[in-house]
Amino acid sequence: MEDVVISVLHRTMVAGTPLLLGTVGEVICERSGILNLGVEGVMSVGAVVAFIVTYITGSPWLGLLAAISAGMILSVLHAFASVTLQANQVVSGLALTMIGLGLSGMLGKPYVGKPLAVKMNDVAIPWLSDIPFIGPLFFKQSPFFYMAIILALAAWFFLERTLPGIKVRSAGENPRATETQGVNVTLLRYACVITGGAFSAMAGAHLSTSYSKSWIEGMTAGRGWIVIALTIFSLWNPGKAIMGAFLFGGVFVLQYLLQPIGISPNFLAMLPYLATLLILLAMSLRDRRRLNAPAQLGEPYKRGER
Amino acid sequence: MFKLTVYDRETITPLRSLMTNIGSVVAALFVISIVFLLCGVNPVYAIGKIFAGSFGSMYGFKETVTKAIPLILTGAGLTLAFRAKFWNIGAEGQILMGALMGTWVGLTWGSVLPSFLLIPLMFVAGFLGGALLGLIPAILKIKFSINEVISTLMLNYICAELITMLIVGPWKGNTRFGFPGTNNLSEAALLSVIPGSRIHYGTLMLAIVAVVILSIIVYRTRFGYEVRVIGENSEAGKYAGIDFFRTTLVIMVISGGLAGIAGIGELAGIHHYLGYPASISSGYGFTAIIVAWLAKLNPMYVLVSALFFAGILVGGDAIQISLGLPGATVQIVNGILLVFLIMGDYFLKHRVVVGFSNREHLTK
Repeated sequence: MEDVVISVLHRTMVAGTPLLLGTVGEVICERSGILNLGVEGVMSVGAVVAFIVTYITGSPWLGLLAAISAGMILSVLHAFASVTLQANQVVSGLALTMIGLGLSGMLGKPYVGKPLAVKMNDVAIPWLSDIPFIGPLFFKQSPFFYMAIILALAAWFFLERTLPGIKVRSAGENPRATETQGVNVTLLRYACVITGGAFSAMAGAHLSTSYSKSWIEGMTAGRGWIVIALTIFSLWNPGKAIMGAFLFGGVFVLQYLLQPIGISPNFLAMLPYLATLLILLAMSLRDRRRLNAPAQLGEPYKRGER
Repeated sequence: MFKLTVYDRETITPLRSLMTNIGSVVAALFVISIVFLLCGVNPVYAIGKIFAGSFGSMYGFKETVTKAIPLILTGAGLTLAFRAKFWNIGAEGQILMGALMGTWVGLTWGSVLPSFLLIPLMFVAGFLGGALLGLIPAILKIKFSINEVISTLMLNYICAELITMLIVGPWKGNTRFGFPGTNNLSEAALLSVIPGSRIHYGTLMLAIVAVVILSIIVYRTRFGYEVRVIGENSEAGKYAGIDFFRTTLVIMVISGGLAGIAGIGELAGIHHYLGYPASISSGYGFTAIIVAWLAKLNPMYVLVSALFFAGILVGGDAIQISLGLPGATVQIVNGILLVFLIMGDYFLKHRVVVGFSNREHLTK
């Protein structure tokens, strides 16, 4: 029995990892005031680039590095449109998703169905992984898991406890006042959008080089959109994102758990999306003022407007 | 040193708007050419092939018109929603819901009702299906402040799974030899087409009527005025006493309903049975977003932009076959076009002057 529980929880952690990476990136981006709906597309490009580079070089770490670079380059597009050109961020983000999904489909075409010879292997942390129950759960995981947790905590510390973090937050709350303090809001927002892209691409790399060792078109399966919802769920706090991401990881695992009971697999496939709607509903039934969205989220900021 | 100076434009003429759009499309085609080059494809040949495939032959043009039908209906509905800054990304699901309701009507009454009753009934059912699905995100947004981008997208996924569940389960047809899908709808439920083509003209006429009515609604009625006020200045709308809830509900009934009608067209005009969701609507709901944007949210212009994007879809199929490019190519083309269209908006609203910094005052 204990083995089953550990196995289920372990899979929950694995399924939650890409969600956590994506959410932390989106939190950073949205905290600076930019809504990035391109996560799904960037994640998909991250997945395909990581797969291709790992396939060719045999090193999943090089794959991850390439994925992160690709995610950052792609995100510049959204930063340019939404920050420099003050374009509508919803439409620009959607365009990014379209390009990302298209690009990944095109790049990945020759690799569909090819298995990866190597993958990002799980790493057991010495001593800690020997602790009963907790050990196999938290300390015998893929490097992506450790990176996700560390990055989430680091992002929390950065946003809540450091001066640059305060600048990011104030850029999202009141860019004009931030600018008067001598902060370059444009540069700051570029940095945050690009960082968010790097996180999304990492999440994609996890899907193709750790979660499964293959690439198929549409393998992100809406995770990029769930990330947007999780950002709201976590109240724009990377610390709370940890809880949200693994809660949703659990929903993904639930699909496989319930299938043997004879519930329609198509109904089970709806669960993550239904859960997203239900969670947002539950959030709004709580005190709405505590939602705390960045005040200028999604609003174009025009520099030097008098 | 060169210096870029940006001024706001006071007025935007329709001509400038048109020229900006054309400029954006040309710039996008340039970038798309680079993408083609990187893929080892001659861009002049590929882009030429796209337009030759869609507008260059009678067969291609008929196909283009066929694919324009769902894009006109859905795109026109989206112009209304986007005007109110209600980001309905769920047209794909609303198309599917329309097709689902139409299938239900068609399978239930297909053998008892005559065509002239059955087909209008299917269109009404399709409209209701899309409208009801559209109401959910509207209620969630106004009453529970849930972001409509997320709710509409989640409903897309849910609808696609729902249809798959039906066609592999209770609705699976006994004439499909074990493949997922319903039985064919009865003859009475099928839309007639222009001979020698797949153009189901009934839906096309509905689409054109919808565009005309929407244009009147947007520019000539109090409701249309309210929609525009909500989108442009929601604070002012509140002070003017506009009922946000009611207006948003009506917007989404229309937007979702028109997408639902498009679903009926695809079902009864093209496929004749309910199959996999991706075959019923291969991304029309998403392409329609760009259609609405290229039309500058003017329902009348949707007729032109829908034809343009239908051409890209048809031409995209053509180059997939002749150049062996993957299906995702069309998505990249669409995405790049959308990026350039929104970038073009900046140059429509602002005048960017390149000049020497010390001559700045002269250009003012």
